[in-house]
Amino acid sequence: MTYRHPDPAQWPPLAWDAYGSTVLRAPKRPLVALPHRLTELTGPLLGEGRLGPLDHDLTRQHDGEPIGQRIEVFGRVLDGDGRPVPNTLLEVWQTNAAGRYAHSADNHAAPLDPNFSGVGRCLTDDQGDYTFTTIKPGSYPWRNHPNAWRPAHIHFSLFGRAFPQRLVTQMYFPDDPLFFQDPIFNAIHDPAARQRLVSAFDYDRTAPEWSQAYRFDIVLRGRDATPMEQP
Amino acid sequence: MIPTPSQTVGPFFSLGLDWPDGPYAVADDVPGAIWLRGRIVDGAGDPVPEGMIEIWQADPAGRFAHPDDPRGSAATPGFRGFARCGTDPDGRYAVRTVKPGPVPGDGELFQAPHIDVSVFARGLLDRLVTRVYFADEPAGNAADPVLAVVDPERRSTLLAQPGPDGYTFDIILQGDHETVFFAV
Repeated sequence: MTYRHPDPAQWPPLAWDAYGSTVLRAPKRPLVALPHRLTELTGPLLGEGRLGPLDHDLTRQHDGEPIGQRIEVFGRVLDGDGRPVPNTLLEVWQTNAAGRYAHSADNHAAPLDPNFSGVGRCLTDDQGDYTFTTIKPGSYPWRNHPNAWRPAHIHFSLFGRAFPQRLVTQMYFPDDPLFFQDPIFNAIHDPAARQRLVSAFDYDRTAPEWSQAYRFDIVLRGRDATPMEQP
Repeated sequence: MIPTPSQTVGPFFSLGLDWPDGPYAVADDVPGAIWLRGRIVDGAGDPVPEGMIEIWQADPAGRFAHPDDPRGSAATPGFRGFARCGTDPDGRYAVRTVKPGPVPGDGELFQAPHIDVSVFARGLLDRLVTRVYFADEPAGNAADPVLAVVDPERRSTLLAQPGPDGYTFDIILQGDHETVFFAV
């Protein structure tokens, strides 16, 4: 039993000249295939001990309320065979509503919010479902190309059950006008795969007079030789 | 189902991924604990200061802290087998761990002691994966099935060098002495 490799059309390349930071960091030599043995068929299982009581609610981590639009981000973590991934740690980090990270090295000329750290964690439940409450992040400029702006996004980190399932990704928001010029988003060749990074507004999940809601389902790699997928 | 594509960890991952106990794959006072230290360097020879590594490994008995290890989960007290560490302005990282034992490989063959490493940084649209082997395990390394498929001239990039309190393992992302990276 091993885990499937991603399809290059659906996965970003390491070298992508449009994203300038890859130029000196992408290896020049081809990757060496590593068959999955015991080291790869296992992986860190990080659970309850990692969570603080308010890690799932980024709007309640300080004395005051953060500025911005309150949103619930929720979804399901599945593997490539459609099976839920239960009890897996999900870590998120993001800018505040003005598009600035609460990081000493972020010098974007946008205000910091003393009531927003932009860091959250949660575990998926037995069915692979997760949810957290936060503030809709802002877009921000960077210096990759003239007049470059990152679409608003939330960073996600997941482990799954085995080393090949480790995933760091970004969740974007529907209808962002900045997609066309963002080389990180556009490094994924297949438009349908790219759309997997865009969350869906979910009116039914809005909390009346409280928060709007976005669904973001995440699919980690599935296993090879799954009998139900044999032709 | 199509897997969710990878995206870069960005420049400020340390907001979300920096843990006080992150660098400790074992409790600090576990007998035999060592430091694994190194630098991440880019294709211009410059340090990668906002990078991060994660390690995953077996304990000295060759067992993983995971229920899918068919021999049973690792028994070393205080052993997590996982650590993460961001790099400092000079591109340096340091994780506290123990030297793993040999791990079952293919059939009757064992793999030499090794640590799987994930490398993250701004500019890496996907993590890079490499392996730490130990320069002072020549017999095991000579029989290892993974090292066997690596170009002999490049194998040395996978060898951690012993020092007074552990090992040193530098990660060269690109260039003449580029570290061997694996497709998992």
